Amino acid sequence: MRLTGSTVSARDFPTNRGGLCQKGWTSAELLSTPARLTSPLLRRDGRLHPVSWDTALDFVANTLRDLRASSGADSVAVFGGGGLTNEKAYLLGKFARVALGTAQIDYNGRFCMSSAAAAGTRAFGLDRGMPFPVTDLAASDAILLVGANPAETMPPFTQHLAGARLIVVDPRRTATAERADLHLRPRPGTDVALALGILHAVVADGHLAKDYVDERTSGFDAAWRVAAAWWPERVERVTGVPANDQHRAADMLAQAGSAHVLTGRGTEQHATGTDSVSAWINLALALGLPGRPGSGYGCLTGQGNGQGGREHGQKADQLPGYRKITDPAAREHVAGVWGVPAESLPGPGRSAYELLDSLGDGPKALLVFGSNILVSAPRSAHVADRLSTLDLLVVADFVLSETAAAADVVFPVTQWAEEAGTMTNLEGRVLLREPAVTPPDGVRGDLELLRELAIRLGQPAERFPADPEVVFDELRRAAAGGPADYSGVTYQRLRAGEALHWPVPGTDHPGSPRVFLDRFAHPDGRARFAAVDHTGPAEPADAEFPLLATTGRVLQHYQSGAQTRLVAELTEAEPEVFVQVHPDTAARAGLADGGYATVSSRRGRTRAKVRCDATMRLDTVFLPFHFPGAQRANLITNPALDPHSRMPEFKVCAVRLAAA
Amino acid sequence: MSPRRVVVVGYGMAGARFADEVRRRDPAGDLVALTVVGAEAHPAYNRVLLSGVLAGSMPAGAISLHAADWASQAQVDLRTGVSVREIDREARVVTLSDKSSVDYDALVLATGSRAWVPPVDGLRGENGSLAPDVATFRELDDCAAILRQVRPGAPVAVLGGGLLGVEAARGLLGRGCLVTLVHPVGHLMERQLDPGGGAVLARTLTGLGIDVRLGRLAARHVVGDGLELDDGSAVPAELVVVATGVRPETAQAEAAGLVVDRGVVVDDLLRTSDPRVHAIGDCATHPGTQAGLVQPAWDQAAVLADLVTGADPAARYRGTPTVTRLKARGVDLAALGDVHSADSGDVVAVQDSASGRYARVVLTDDRVTGAVVIGLPDAAAAVTQFYDTGAPAPTDRLAMLLGRAPAATSSVDDLPDDAVVCRCNTVTKARLVAARRSGATDLPALAARTRATTGCGSCADTIRDWLA
Repeated sequence: MRLTGSTVSARDFPTNRGGLCQKGWTSAELLSTPARLTSPLLRRDGRLHPVSWDTALDFVANTLRDLRASSGADSVAVFGGGGLTNEKAYLLGKFARVALGTAQIDYNGRFCMSSAAAAGTRAFGLDRGMPFPVTDLAASDAILLVGANPAETMPPFTQHLAGARLIVVDPRRTATAERADLHLRPRPGTDVALALGILHAVVADGHLAKDYVDERTSGFDAAWRVAAAWWPERVERVTGVPANDQHRAADMLAQAGSAHVLTGRGTEQHATGTDSVSAWINLALALGLPGRPGSGYGCLTGQGNGQGGREHGQKADQLPGYRKITDPAAREHVAGVWGVPAESLPGPGRSAYELLDSLGDGPKALLVFGSNILVSAPRSAHVADRLSTLDLLVVADFVLSETAAAADVVFPVTQWAEEAGTMTNLEGRVLLREPAVTPPDGVRGDLELLRELAIRLGQPAERFPADPEVVFDELRRAAAGGPADYSGVTYQRLRAGEALHWPVPGTDHPGSPRVFLDRFAHPDGRARFAAVDHTGPAEPADAEFPLLATTGRVLQHYQSGAQTRLVAELTEAEPEVFVQVHPDTAARAGLADGGYATVSSRRGRTRAKVRCDATMRLDTVFLPFHFPGAQRANLITNPALDPHSRMPEFKVCAVRLAAA
Repeated sequence: MSPRRVVVVGYGMAGARFADEVRRRDPAGDLVALTVVGAEAHPAYNRVLLSGVLAGSMPAGAISLHAADWASQAQVDLRTGVSVREIDREARVVTLSDKSSVDYDALVLATGSRAWVPPVDGLRGENGSLAPDVATFRELDDCAAILRQVRPGAPVAVLGGGLLGVEAARGLLGRGCLVTLVHPVGHLMERQLDPGGGAVLARTLTGLGIDVRLGRLAARHVVGDGLELDDGSAVPAELVVVATGVRPETAQAEAAGLVVDRGVVVDDLLRTSDPRVHAIGDCATHPGTQAGLVQPAWDQAAVLADLVTGADPAARYRGTPTVTRLKARGVDLAALGDVHSADSGDVVAVQDSASGRYARVVLTDDRVTGAVVIGLPDAAAAVTQFYDTGAPAPTDRLAMLLGRAPAATSSVDDLPDDAVVCRCNTVTKARLVAARRSGATDLPALAARTRATTGCGSCADTIRDWLA
């Protein structure tokens, strides 16, 4: 989109084709919101007071220095976000490893893309969410969309789906599912079984792409032996998806000249999320889709910079360029760019939820950038409790989010239209966002904030530049030769309008819109099937908590709602949390449409308005997670973690309903 | 502490699954040393998929349960092609047909069942083995024997209209055979179906091209000619496939003096009358379980693995709800629970014989306790879930059977004022009407005024129709 003064207009770009939803149209309101922070805040006598930048910076730096001296470098932790620009994500990782020397850094993308990333790396040797341009989808004949509701979360994107026969996998009949040619409605937490059933149908109905499997993949036999035990009728019993529909889905994908399998958070945010995505990738491989022109597998990125944010070092186990922090060669290279000895770089740290869970006992200070963890982390009452044990909580944000309101120090930083920086979109294309308006007085950029803190912590000033383009040029050198190689991307090329999809290993390299056409990124060039089996949700329904709750987003709000809840038009449309429930289930719990329910799990309870919907499964309720305080859906969610991605199980937990 | 020695007799679906479940709990073999003895020479395979092999949709190689190197990878002492000669319960030693012997701390019988062949004149030859044009339908070898003999256009008789017989008949029809299905009872699959359901199934099979003969026994078989039935009618057949049921394989258990009542009798810990000897799968008789289905065998394997590895000493097997799902192309059939004694419950039933659709669901206290659902795939899935979970069924019972309602496609005029027409921008009908009244009479003007259609654009056609 384009911003002129304070008015947003749609811009015809490949991803949105000129469309904007209500969130986009109203986004300029945030630039002039009365809730804007314009002064640093410091907690004294239990309340936040405006102070000067120097006062706040000195206070934070002094506290961090003391903590490091008394309790060691790992006593300070950093929490980033998938909405940060590549430059900020990169400098934040460097700040943690070099200025703080801490291993304890992770980010909210752990709650978002980590399962897709882990499964993509396992299958293809490389995680580029969508390894083909999004415009390829428009020519697709059949698309399987798993656990994604773009008709609400990313409406303009659905234009790319209009030409294909659409199969949607979602426990709910969402706005997206309503448009599907075939809607598969599994019981929450049974996605792996469903994927195995469709894979079984592919083989049993003679649709296996044998030549492709032989030439371009490995591991099919082991994966098939698991799927062989999941014939569609058995899968039906576990998932509730008719066996017939599993065959139809296999048939629709197999008969299509070109086809795509796309996954979203619905199938990824599970304690078995990585295996879920692997199961869907297995299906795509059995059909011969990935790496074939006009077909493929991809994941739908959730946050603005969900792709770039997971590549440049704000992840606990990662260095810039999607390098592994445990790889000696990667450490040498990055330490060389940073001008520090490789042995001074810390090793891998805790994953997001484990990091939050360890606060107080482990880290005693936490610096939060671009994330509202009090609303977005699972089991939020426990997270709030951990945050309260900190010596120091620092939050950089442009409004007083729930997490900022709980902080000891808040830094007011710039927002989207006020700063330059790059984002990498869902198709791996690097985009340059130029500033359109001048930030209000008293507000500074995150890069400048990091630089000022670094200098106060004894770092040479030139090691922490605040100019985004200078930071990006350093990021290019740090990422050079890594899996996500940005060395050939420059602001100049982006300003000239070049469409650059990474890897771009040289300034004369045209970029890589389709990365797997010739080979996959494993050393042998083959994609790998993963022999994954169905195990079910970490917390099944039982007599005490007989229903399954799943969480997600609504059209009008974004993530924790810290921004969208400030826009009157959006809040009028969706003012409060609701629980979507089948009328029979509501009636049996003594609830009426429009009344209020208490939704309880073993971890807590939330109060929500009852929204009866006859299309719901009787065993399932849904709550959006955008709302604060007692309305937080994450008060009930289960922090059981995926063993590979450390993703919490946001998408299914056992609950019961009662009248509030 | 040396691991417990557990010997499994039988390398079929139950035995192989039990070995997998043990290794899932004890991957390195620290707790349990496993020996598996299998009489068939080939590795364990998935019997459920045999009808797919027969129908030609599944290659025989695709149904093996384990890779060739499974035993060494899983640290299992696997002995195939040998059978058990004797079980000495006192000495706790098993003697095998190759004269070797294995000591055990716990013995697991997973010997399965074998096809039962009725005493019809001519089905067996002089030496007691099956006549050359007669095959049972139980083993992978049976499947291979059938497939060697069937040719498109050839007449084939299937004896027995139970689950396996119907699947075999449907599979052979798909191979181009002229199939006659002979069943001694008045309706098909009488163990699972009520007469109404059986009739609809017969009509469906007849419609597909199968000659269904009900209430008829085979009187005689003549090699090369086929069957003569008890009413004197003839069924020409180049091949007779016998699917008249199975009997638990209990010879070794009986010889060892274990209590047998049809199958080897087991309790909730899957113990036989000798607590060191267990039995699972088709060879076992457990009070809450119907034999012959795979799900009970797998559930029992999991419970027994919990017990022998000590992973969950409190694990008990309490039976498996029985759900029968026919795997036959073009015939969607689910049968579960008890539909026969419907006196105490509520019944919901629909029948549309012309289109092969039939449902009879029995509910007690709002819970599904039995059902037959034919030709209604969505209903079959839904009813099965309500039965398995024991959750109350929806108050609109008929909707449960008829599946999801088609999405209403109403014009803007029919919508209430507060209905959202453009979801991307939360534009209600009332706002569209107001904008139109104030002069926004075409799509661009309405879009500029209300932002309707400016998101995903999917409401544009609806609004255009309304403006026209």
